[in-house]
Amino acid sequence: MKAAVLIKQVPDTTAKIDISGGEVDESGIAKWSISPYDEYALESALQMQKDVGATVVAITLGPDRASKSLVDAAAVGADELVHISHEGAIGSFALQTALAEAVKRVGADVVLAGKQAADTNAGSTASGVAKILNWPCVGLVSKIDASEGEFEATRSTVAGLERVSVSSPCVFAFDKGEDKLRIPNVRGIMMAKKKPVQKHTMADLEVDASNGGITESSVTYPPQKPPGQKFEGASSAPEVVSRLRDEANVI
Amino acid sequence: MTVTIIAEQQQEGTHPTLAQMVSAAKGLGGTCKVIIPGGSGEQEASNISGVDKVMKMTGECFSSFDSQSWSSSMKNSIEGTVLLAATPAGRELGASIAAELGISVIQDVTSISPGIKLERPVYSGKAIENLTTSENCVITIRPNSIEAAEMGGSAEITSQDSTESIRLAVLEAIAKASEKIDVSEADIIISGGRGLGDASNFEKLEEVASTLGAAVGASRAVVDEWGLPHSMQVGQTGKTVTPALYIAVGISGAIQHLAGMRSSRYIVAINKDPDAPIFAVADYGIVASWEDALPAMHDAIKALP
Repeated sequence: MKAAVLIKQVPDTTAKIDISGGEVDESGIAKWSISPYDEYALESALQMQKDVGATVVAITLGPDRASKSLVDAAAVGADELVHISHEGAIGSFALQTALAEAVKRVGADVVLAGKQAADTNAGSTASGVAKILNWPCVGLVSKIDASEGEFEATRSTVAGLERVSVSSPCVFAFDKGEDKLRIPNVRGIMMAKKKPVQKHTMADLEVDASNGGITESSVTYPPQKPPGQKFEGASSAPEVVSRLRDEANVI
Repeated sequence: MTVTIIAEQQQEGTHPTLAQMVSAAKGLGGTCKVIIPGGSGEQEASNISGVDKVMKMTGECFSSFDSQSWSSSMKNSIEGTVLLAATPAGRELGASIAAELGISVIQDVTSISPGIKLERPVYSGKAIENLTTSENCVITIRPNSIEAAEMGGSAEITSQDSTESIRLAVLEAIAKASEKIDVSEADIIISGGRGLGDASNFEKLEEVASTLGAAVGASRAVVDEWGLPHSMQVGQTGKTVTPALYIAVGISGAIQHLAGMRSSRYIVAINKDPDAPIFAVADYGIVASWEDALPAMHDAIKALP
């Protein structure tokens, strides 16, 4: 069995986001990381590696800097690394088509991804890739038990948590997982740096990297709030409560 | 222009977000068709002012949520731009519909106006992305970001049976969704952090929450360290919330937490550290220990007329 994990490199969640000229100023981002939910997807794939001998392929799409996330994935145990090189904005459909094509080329039986990336917060990739591959998709997954060609997964729905079964090939989108994330050891980190990365371009995957009809896009800071009022001591609590009633009208 | 709304599935009647989607569609002008995937609520949907057509879809694949089969069954019924609520199911289904049609999906917008001009928070609210689209696309809209349309319509109702089969099987329900109000839907949230000292002190927050009809949230630190449910977590790897009132108790205000709650309409912070970053986003800050301030606040709330 071959498990493909879709990984996105994003500014670390501790990073401050600076904006200049209508876009995020990347030079100000001190640390880039694998998007948090993708890490749970990777961890689950590594469980499959242990339980059913799955080969784990980490796939990323992004500029040169994104290859660091593949090395990080290899450091915890990913067997094969695939980097689809692309600079700049890209429409959701073109992005999903490229990832689906890479999944086909590596011959994966199952795809795991985070439910959404920590930069765009969209949550479109897993479901869109599933549609393009014509595979079923199970979203908001927190745990997968794999056997050869069959999976049982825990997913969250409006009704609560439920256990679902689904056959290979299929796609899973991860919420926060039940399993603890593994931490790379020194040997893993050393070996990861030597691991070959298979490179693709949008052109050799035969994907038209269009932006899907989005004609304008810019990023701005959220509107700033006026400074608040600060009170000293617990005795001010009744005052705050009355302001919540009379000034803010929220209680 | 033509807009197709895919209603959020609901046990009975329609989900509150449907009237909000209709209002967004009316803002764009043109005709508005509502598709109801399984479930019920076609009568209620047809009574929302501004709806032109309602189509109820039935079939085996609607017995439980299967985004891929649902989108396949709907593809021939969709016209124009597609709107859904940016709930977890709405996002997954919206992405699947977009890929089915080969068009773009734009998730979780908080503002939509003719053009089509869209605004959506990114980096969990640390920035806002402003977009203009010129082609049909799928757009999901954050719940409660648009005023709901009024009732008073009487649209024609049709139904269609789908032959798509479901491709996943629900084996068992493990845990029922909590009866408590979920933080992502609450008007008032009271959240606790490490400053509470111990998980058992969340009971004190529950007491205030029950007086206010509020939901109880938590910071990432206490979810991770004290084993509280992830569903309570507010912040970048939890839920992004926009209640009318957010009360942060013993939360210092890590950047990831602020990202998840800073767009709340009013924020109250209780913290004994006057330099805690949470005070920078608080409309009303109380510098005091929560042990003293929370009971005083609770008494004052109970004493309100």
